[in-house]
Amino acid sequence: MIQLIYLTVVLPLIGFLINGIFGSKIKNEKLIGLIGSGVIGISFLITVGAFFETLALPVDDRQTIVTLFTWMNVGSLDVSFAYQVDQLSLVMALIVTGVGFIIHVYSIGYMHGDKSFWRFFAYMNLFIFAMMNLILADNFVLLFLGWEGVGLCSYLLIGFWYDRKFEKSTTADAAKKAFIVNRIGDFGFLLGMFLIYLTFESLNFNEVFSRATTFAVPEHIFGFIALFLFIGATGKSAQIPLFVWLPDAMAGPTPVSALIHAATMVTAGVYMVARASIIFASAPAIMMVIAVIGILTAFFAATIGIVQNDIKKVLAYSTVSQLGYMFLAMGVGAFTAGIFHVMTHAFFKALLFLGAGSVIHAMHEEQDIQKYGGLKKHMPHTYIVFLIAAIAISGIPPLAGFFSKDEILWYSYANGGLIFWILGAGTAMITAFYMFRLYILTFEGKERFGHDKHPHESPKIMTVPLMVLALLSVIGGFIGIPEIFSGEHGNRFHNWLAPIFKDAERKLALFGTHSHTEELILMTLSVIGAAAAIWFARYVYLKKPSIASNTAAKFRGVYNLLWNKYFVDEAYDAAIVDPIVKSSRTVLWKFTDNKIIDGLINGTASLIETLSSNIRKIQTGIAQLYALVMILGIAAALFWIIFSL
Amino acid sequence: MTVTIEHYLLLSAFLFSVGVTGVLTRRNAIVVFMSIELMLNSANLTLVAFSSYLGNSIGHLFVFFVMTVAAAEAAVGLAIIIALFRLKLTTNIDEINILKW
Repeated sequence: MIQLIYLTVVLPLIGFLINGIFGSKIKNEKLIGLIGSGVIGISFLITVGAFFETLALPVDDRQTIVTLFTWMNVGSLDVSFAYQVDQLSLVMALIVTGVGFIIHVYSIGYMHGDKSFWRFFAYMNLFIFAMMNLILADNFVLLFLGWEGVGLCSYLLIGFWYDRKFEKSTTADAAKKAFIVNRIGDFGFLLGMFLIYLTFESLNFNEVFSRATTFAVPEHIFGFIALFLFIGATGKSAQIPLFVWLPDAMAGPTPVSALIHAATMVTAGVYMVARASIIFASAPAIMMVIAVIGILTAFFAATIGIVQNDIKKVLAYSTVSQLGYMFLAMGVGAFTAGIFHVMTHAFFKALLFLGAGSVIHAMHEEQDIQKYGGLKKHMPHTYIVFLIAAIAISGIPPLAGFFSKDEILWYSYANGGLIFWILGAGTAMITAFYMFRLYILTFEGKERFGHDKHPHESPKIMTVPLMVLALLSVIGGFIGIPEIFSGEHGNRFHNWLAPIFKDAERKLALFGTHSHTEELILMTLSVIGAAAAIWFARYVYLKKPSIASNTAAKFRGVYNLLWNKYFVDEAYDAAIVDPIVKSSRTVLWKFTDNKIIDGLINGTASLIETLSSNIRKIQTGIAQLYALVMILGIAAALFWIIFSL
Repeated sequence: MTVTIEHYLLLSAFLFSVGVTGVLTRRNAIVVFMSIELMLNSANLTLVAFSSYLGNSIGHLFVFFVMTVAAAEAAVGLAIIIALFRLKLTTNIDEINILKW
């Protein structure tokens, strides 16, 4: 099965080609959906097979490289289409194909009746193709191919309903924003790749990472490589300062938000940092930067989430915030915890988005939670899974979110410092609060929608995937039960990933000097905090709704700041976008293009015109003059011939 | 005094120069035309002189060619001059300068 791993890349490509080329002719939604999700399902089965096969191998031999063909071979640069199957890529591949398959099945119901049903599945398959390249690549170039590919699919899918309005503009503008902001990050990533090649003379993971431990490379070089790679990660994974595209990415269909903008693509940056952990571990200063950016992103995005009223917007900021947690984990050297959170987050955030999709479906595309309320009895299945997901993300044991989030909080305290823990736990409380605000305003309380809306439960093809994800959100955390509870076996997830991160962890030299008692105390504190936040959300939004509006009125300034997302978009517009647009208009267009470039061309033409209008006057029409010139010419030629011989 | 090749060539050069001067200076198209004939015939004279001097007949041959071409050219040229005269009522070539920018 390991040798067949390339099929997990090829099958989605085949699905894309079939649906993309013949989709408009097929017309049969069932067949298109079957092809689209079938190829992903088979990929998932192959990945599971490869996982068990790897599990049976001895711990030191768990890396297999499947080479398809040489892609480019120039000088000392040798890049192959080669897929690396190891502990880390298997975890990611299981998430991408597993959650991807569930979301594909859900999409059959969600996209039912859409005029471009086939196009949706073609793009989704193309996305899985690119994403599998990204995570299975055994070199930076192939990873970058996937990296750009998922960016392209993200663009295509955000703008899927390109003719629809989104906020003040169109979905096409939101897609463009996502793409352009990502380009900035990609530029950083490219610089990082160039620098890696200059330093290590290879782009192959195994070679680079082994040379990173053996070559004598100055620390600032590691610093620059890590910084550039991290800039790439901030773009793809929506971290400060490049997070602005993700909330706008909600213009796409909801399954897209679930798959690309919550579960898989946005975690690519986390994966990349984990993959290159040895490089990051060799640059402690950049690790600190990552931790700080991570915790700030987590905190600020969570505060924005409190006041947003669009169900998908809340979830989008929640995603940004959770991604911040993952980078916090990376920054404090808790790579395993970060990947663990990638996994649990994929389960419950995909569930939240799909649940939201189910609600939006039932409410006829209404996304404002102020116009929901009391949906509990209309949508019993969606209600129960959404509640599970909300509890999971809030970090209440024993659901999945608790284990991963608490591990990150613990390491941020143990390796980072108290301030990281306080901000992290505070963010966890805010998360619990806004998730339950969202849940209560949607499912509990009085119905606040008009009689023209008749909410109904979604069909089975949508609710069954929700239940599978709900099950995973409940039990997903058990593979990573912390050492203090599991005893002598230790943390299974840690044991599994340990070979990947052992170099980086040795380099960081983080020795646990903290006791289990401390861990338990902090854990209890954060759980109590989350429970209190949930209770508070219930109190505010169910018992005394007046508190919310009164508080909003009293702290108008703060409320406006949060409502307008800290004016980051406006600041970027004022500081970057407008100057570029204005200078392009005045300097580049009106001056450079109109004056210089057009001037050069028109100037050449008018120069020729002036010259020729003067020169043509020698054509007098008098034949004798021509004859004279001819004779003089012949005479001159004769002289030259005779006297030069 | 014997007549040598130099005499023939000098005469022919003189005739050619007269022809050139005529072509360049005279205004009447017919005189220009006659000057051209003069140039052609001076060339003919050279050809015949060389033919005799070298003792072969290739020069004679060329003279016949030139004479035929000159006859044809005279016919066409006179036809053009007549046509121009009908149009412009003049044969002064400095007044016939419409072929210009």
